[in-house]
Formats: sequence, C-alpha cells, structure tokens
Amino acid sequence: MSQVRVLVGTRKGAFVLESDGKREQWNVSGPLFAGWEMYHVKGSPVDPNRLYASQSTGWFGQLIQRSSDGGKSWEPVDNKFVYDGVPGTHQWYDGTPHPWEFKRVWHLEPSLTDPDTVYAGVEDAALFRSADGGKSWQELSGLRKHGSGPHWQPGAGGMCLHTVILDPSDPARIYIAISAAGAFRSDDSGQTWQPINRGLHSAQIPEPTAEVGHCVHHIAMHRSRPNVLFMQKHWDVMRSDDAGDNWREVSGNLPTDFGFVIDVHAHEPNTIYVVPIKSDSEHFPPDGALRVYRSRAGGNEWEPLTKGLPQRDCYVNVLRDAMAVDSLDSCGVYFGTTGGQVYASSDAGDNWAPIVRDLPAVLSVEVQTLP
Amino acid sequence: MIRVELPAHLRNLARVVGEVQLEVEGQATLSSVLDVLEARYPMLRGTLRDHVTGQRRPFVRFFACQEDLSHQSPDTPLPAAVASGAEPFLVVGAIAGGQL
Repeated sequence: MSQVRVLVGTRKGAFVLESDGKREQWNVSGPLFAGWEMYHVKGSPVDPNRLYASQSTGWFGQLIQRSSDGGKSWEPVDNKFVYDGVPGTHQWYDGTPHPWEFKRVWHLEPSLTDPDTVYAGVEDAALFRSADGGKSWQELSGLRKHGSGPHWQPGAGGMCLHTVILDPSDPARIYIAISAAGAFRSDDSGQTWQPINRGLHSAQIPEPTAEVGHCVHHIAMHRSRPNVLFMQKHWDVMRSDDAGDNWREVSGNLPTDFGFVIDVHAHEPNTIYVVPIKSDSEHFPPDGALRVYRSRAGGNEWEPLTKGLPQRDCYVNVLRDAMAVDSLDSCGVYFGTTGGQVYASSDAGDNWAPIVRDLPAVLSVEVQTLP
Repeated sequence: MIRVELPAHLRNLARVVGEVQLEVEGQATLSSVLDVLEARYPMLRGTLRDHVTGQRRPFVRFFACQEDLSHQSPDTPLPAAVASGAEPFLVVGAIAGGQL
C-alpha cells in the first residue's frame, strides 16, 4: 500500500509525519534540528530518500542538511552562498540603495530528473544551484543582474526568493517569484530572465502595473499543464494561461483575496486551493473561521471548505510554502499554520482533521507519496 | 592545548560532547584558534564567521577569563591562561540572537 510522508518545517525544528494510504493514523517524529528555524524541507521527485533541508538561526546563520535515507540520518553540506561578482544594491525599505546581503535560504527545489541537482531560493533575492548534492553552490546570477535588480525592494518578510518551479515539459524553463519584485521566467536554464508580471495590479507601488515591484506570495503549477500558472499575490489571486506572459485576476467570490498559499489538485489541473487571510495587516482568517477555498473552475468560482476546521476563535496564518498535495488516487491536501497545527484532508478538501495541533509555528509543508 | 566550549547547537552540529581540545601551532589568537576549529570540524564553517570576509557573525560572542574578546582584532593573542589550557575559550550565542 502507498505511504505518505509529510515534511514540516517550523520555527523550532522539522517534523516528519507518516501514514499509510488511508491517511487516518499518523506517526509524528521530531523535532529534527531542534531549536533551529527550518524554512523548508523537500524531497527529490526522482529519489524520495534524498531530502534537502534549510536550517538557520540568527546566531549561527545558514546550514543545508541532506539525507539519503528518507530522513533517518542527515549530513550538513555546503552553506557557502556567495553572490557572483560585486553584489550591487537593491532598494531598502526607505527607498535608499542597500547592498545585497545573504540572509537565509527560503526554498529548496530538487531537480525533476537528478537527485544531486537542487535549486535554492535565498534572501536577499537570488537563485543558487548545486549539481553535487549540495556540496557546492553557484549563483545563477543572470536573475539578480537583471536590469531591474536595483529597483527591487523587500516585502515585510525580507527580500526573499521563495518560489522555484521547474517546468516538467521543458528542462530549460524555470519560474521564480520574489517578494517584492514579482515573478520571473528563464527559458535557458537560468542564464537569462524576464519579468512576467503583465496584468498584475498592485496599489502599494507608485506605478500599479509596473514591470517589477509586485509582492507575489506564491505560484503553483500542475505538471500536466505547465503553461498554466496560479498566483496568490499580496492581494489578488491571479491566473496565467501563457506561461506567465499575461495574468488575469480570478479572485471571484473569495471573501478576501489576500493570502499566502496556493496549490493545485494532483489530478485535476483546474482545481485549486487558497486560504484567504483577512488583510495585509490582519494576518488571520476572516471572522476567526479557518476556511480553505477550492475552485474547480481554475478560479473565479470558489467554495469554502470548513468540515473539520475551526470555525470560531481561530487567528492563525498559513504561510506561503505551508500547503502541499499528495498524489494518491483521492488527492490529499495538507497545510500548516502559525499556531502549529497541520491539517490534512484525504478527500481533496471535503473533510479535514489535524494530524498534530501543537507544533511550533509552521513555515513549510511538503508531501511525498511513496510506493 | 586550547580548550574550546561550543554552544549546544554547534556541539550537536559538530557531533561533539563537552569541550573541544585543539592543538594550535604558534601563537594562539582568535583567528588561529578558529582556523584550527573549522579545519577539524568543517561543518562549523560559516556558523561563527562569514565565509568570505572572516567577520564574526553579529550574534556570536567570544569570551575568556571573564572578558569579552569579541571585538578584539582577530590577530590579538588570547590570554595566557587560555593559551596554556588553564581556562577555556568560550563561544557563546548572544542573548539578542535567538528567535521566538
């Protein structure tokens, strides 16, 4: 019978949640790397025993951990993230130039074809790549050296490159997103990049339709339809049907279109999920009711999913990398909250139950479906 | 022989228990002790000082003999009591460096 392994990164360590295909009984192990901020833990799609983890603290900086046995043992690999050449400057919060400074790794994206190749999205925003299992890292500096770089500025969480999507149909195509610069695409394996923000409208920047400067929170793609992208922006849920060249808003009947996460059903490329958050300052669900919204139409028409989720007195947030889906026949959907709960649905969102309730604040959730 | 006390997180990372004992050739300075420490435990590289500039990380402190050596030049000789092994060299996570 298939198994599911949920990799949870939290403010104070990582946890592994495992179940069989029924997803009723869960074994919770952890904390791994107790006391460290675990921004992201993710497995290789071609070798599920190969895991990568981003580990950091304010004291001792960034580490990258690697496992080759599904998380039973770990080894630290290289943590030397050095910008290529003279880093230059971006805009600081007050609008003044500020030098690029490495702070942490937000997201690790293993290659779709090679377990030793992995991408790292970092703060201050840049994309690094390792082709030796994390033993060394090289910046794909064409992104940071895009002419718009000096105009990028940090969002409230820092100037982070938080989303990396590899196109399964075109090995040379990579999508990334930066808060608050926007989305970018490379069609040559990361050597050169173009902003893909046409159609975004952000009232928080001087020119609301500018080429860069948008606070993109997350982007999701279904591997069967790689030209279709879904975006949760600072405000607005967006959709592109042409690989990001053009975007249109699909917020439709959502109670609020602010939020962080967005994901796509494993088998229905037009079924998408978001967790509406009240506003940019009130980072909790509207009315204290935790509701996942599902659209089976690829946006615009949304239904609230509430069964098993707290519908009163709930004031948690769901951060941008904290939702994932499994690929079992009945698609499982998972998300973690800043209150330390990890919720799971084994029926595509119709019914929910907490796997755990009292972890440290959840930063990321990834799922591996194992044979 | 230099005795180095690492904070718990770094002891776990380096997989050591208790003090680390190092043989440092020549004069023991902040820099030479850290060089030997990082050579013996490569996983500590980047956790105490910047990979490129060699600057101490902002929330790492170096104490010895009830003194804060953090702001001294990396080439300053360590106190004789540390160089002789009578007193340990302490690597400390600053009070301000934690996360909620």
